[in-house]
Amino acid sequence: MRVALFLTCVNDTLYPDTGRAVVKLLTRLGVEVDFPMAQTCCGQAHYNTGYRHEAEPLARHFSDVFGDYEAIVTPSGSCGAMVRELYPRMGERARAEGRGDTLAATLAPVVQRTYELTEFLVDVLGVTDVGAYYPHQVTYHPTCHGLRGLGLGDRPRRLLQAVKGLELVELPGAEECCGFGGTFALKNADVSTAMGVDKVRNAESTGAEVLCAADNSCLMHIGGTMTRAGSDMRPVHLAEILASTEKEPAA
Amino acid sequence: MSGTFVGMPAFPKAAHDAVHNETLRGNLRHATHTIRAKRANAVAELSDWAELREAGKRIKDHTLRHLDRYLVQLEEAVTAAGGTVHWAADADEANRIVADLVKATGESEVVKVKSMATQEIGLNEALEAEGIRAYETDLAELIVQLGKDRPSHILVPAIHRNRGEIRDIFRKEMSEWGRPAPEGLTDTPAELAEAARLHLREKFLRAKVGISGANFMIAETGTLVVVESEGNGRMCLTLPETLISVVGIEKILPTWRDLEVFLQTLPRSSTAERMNPYTSMWTGTSDGGAEAGDGPRHFHLVLLDNGRTDTLADEVGRQALRCIRCSACLNVCPVYERAGGHAYGSVYPGPIGAILSPQLRGTASDIDASLPYASSLCGACYEVCPVAIDIPEVLVHLRERVVEGGPVTREGNKVVLQPAKGHAAERAAMRAARWAFTHPGVLRSGQRLASRTRRLHPRTLPGPGQAWSGSRDLPAVPAEPFRDWWQRTNGGKTEKGTSK
Repeated sequence: MRVALFLTCVNDTLYPDTGRAVVKLLTRLGVEVDFPMAQTCCGQAHYNTGYRHEAEPLARHFSDVFGDYEAIVTPSGSCGAMVRELYPRMGERARAEGRGDTLAATLAPVVQRTYELTEFLVDVLGVTDVGAYYPHQVTYHPTCHGLRGLGLGDRPRRLLQAVKGLELVELPGAEECCGFGGTFALKNADVSTAMGVDKVRNAESTGAEVLCAADNSCLMHIGGTMTRAGSDMRPVHLAEILASTEKEPAA
Repeated sequence: MSGTFVGMPAFPKAAHDAVHNETLRGNLRHATHTIRAKRANAVAELSDWAELREAGKRIKDHTLRHLDRYLVQLEEAVTAAGGTVHWAADADEANRIVADLVKATGESEVVKVKSMATQEIGLNEALEAEGIRAYETDLAELIVQLGKDRPSHILVPAIHRNRGEIRDIFRKEMSEWGRPAPEGLTDTPAELAEAARLHLREKFLRAKVGISGANFMIAETGTLVVVESEGNGRMCLTLPETLISVVGIEKILPTWRDLEVFLQTLPRSSTAERMNPYTSMWTGTSDGGAEAGDGPRHFHLVLLDNGRTDTLADEVGRQALRCIRCSACLNVCPVYERAGGHAYGSVYPGPIGAILSPQLRGTASDIDASLPYASSLCGACYEVCPVAIDIPEVLVHLRERVVEGGPVTREGNKVVLQPAKGHAAERAAMRAARWAFTHPGVLRSGQRLASRTRRLHPRTLPGPGQAWSGSRDLPAVPAEPFRDWWQRTNGGKTEKGTSK
């Protein structure tokens, strides 16, 4: 099977390790991964800040880049939710504004074929034990768009529970937002920070070494809050844990 | 008293103070987390919750689509049962109607059932200007009124207060408004409740005019419904000779049977109860001859628009009118929990307030333009809403209205809004980012530049970036963006040590 990796602009620029981990993991599971070089950004920040008309060209660009692949896999719940949940909505709005069905029709193929990483592993490949080894105590934060947007359910937890050596510790208030929220983190910095501090406090109360999530944007906010507070905890993307093996363990 | 929200600062500024008020945050955290857990249990008891939620949504949408027809039907039914219906286009008109009705009775004081609609129009202040004193009788509203405060929650207006604060308010202020607080009042709930009970009972027995809102109005019978927990509402609804009910036009339900859905979803969503302790219903007046209903001796219904038909005209935003004021969205909202209800600058705080107020009032003021951004779009509000209002969707829609402008309906007229001021730099940045993102080569150059200069990056950012780096560390920029690694190693195939 050949899939396109939609890494997201944030991961591409700031978290290339997550991208390498996804490639390593999928390759190990027998999937041929392609990285279309023309990919950029799904337009989520534009759309969610109110710039829908700036987001539309980015959705079209996404469709041009990824339209021909049988599956598109992304290690980001929020960017995955943008494509799956909000692209159709952009199509509906364009139609309501008398611009016909063109946008909806253009986006339809990528909407149907885009999977968040854990969905792809569990639903498409049908695996929960990916042969990973990660001898650490881990607590898991289910990000809002993964949890409520895409409805990932217990897929990430099932994948983590199957990792050899990993001890999964419950995160109190796990389903509460960490406070990132894209431009919310800038526009309402005080509230965003207060939410982040509470998330870090809850994470630290578990005594785990690692806070895991399947979205680096949330981890950027949580991790930045952790280091500012002098915490010893490390934020790690789920893909990096799943890519880790006994032969090549992740740090 | 300062019960209205005129001239509020924008949300981030108002929230700043609340976030740093430890007592307030403690009170809010305790209250919202308690009710949140109880609500989840109460909802889990019903195996058909999803169906009830869908039914509630459909009944409300159907009613809103045919609102004109049902309002006329309601007016006919209320009139036939001996009541009088008044139509108020805005707050001023509603206040004038109510003040004139009270004056016609010759009274100068009224007792009030807790009501969001009368809070919304600032009725108490309007009556005071006419020499009429309005006594709030809901326990939490009483605390707010005595404390010269503003409500901060739809259901529990004094949620921001703890017991000690309430005791101090009772001791200090009760004598100003009637029977003073008992000597040596402590902060135990039973003593506080008894003090309020004694204080209020005198008012119930004396009042000739009651003012209420309504949770529902039934079009087919002209019946109004109030649900409550304390019984104070029932005292106001049954003891005075004249009852004036001010109700938003969206509170209508077509038939008696439709209540079945909402009398299950509302109490479980709001107070986590299976049923409200008090459900009061009244139809018209009780002394109007053969056709009479079972209401008070004189009954007036003031139907309030105040921005509702304008909201109805908006295809995306109109779903806010489904709201049954249960406040489940407030109790689950992480932003409300930290920012407090006052930061929203409206009697409707929290997620529903963030979409309702800028629609009812327009987005011209600082506070109303900032409310659509008072959310991290986490979606918890949508998940708990018993009428499935997609609050995040409406928030984003209203953000678009603020930054891009566009057609809206105001006071029944179609107008085209200009983009709000103060977003020019952001708009330029968004356009520039869109341009870069539609030109992959530009993105790549930018990434490479960032990687090459990474040792020079400051730890704190200038300009709008300060909002980030003031409280959070930035991630270090990697030596090589992913796409360069991909190209250099042919997707990891030529890289040493990479498994196949």
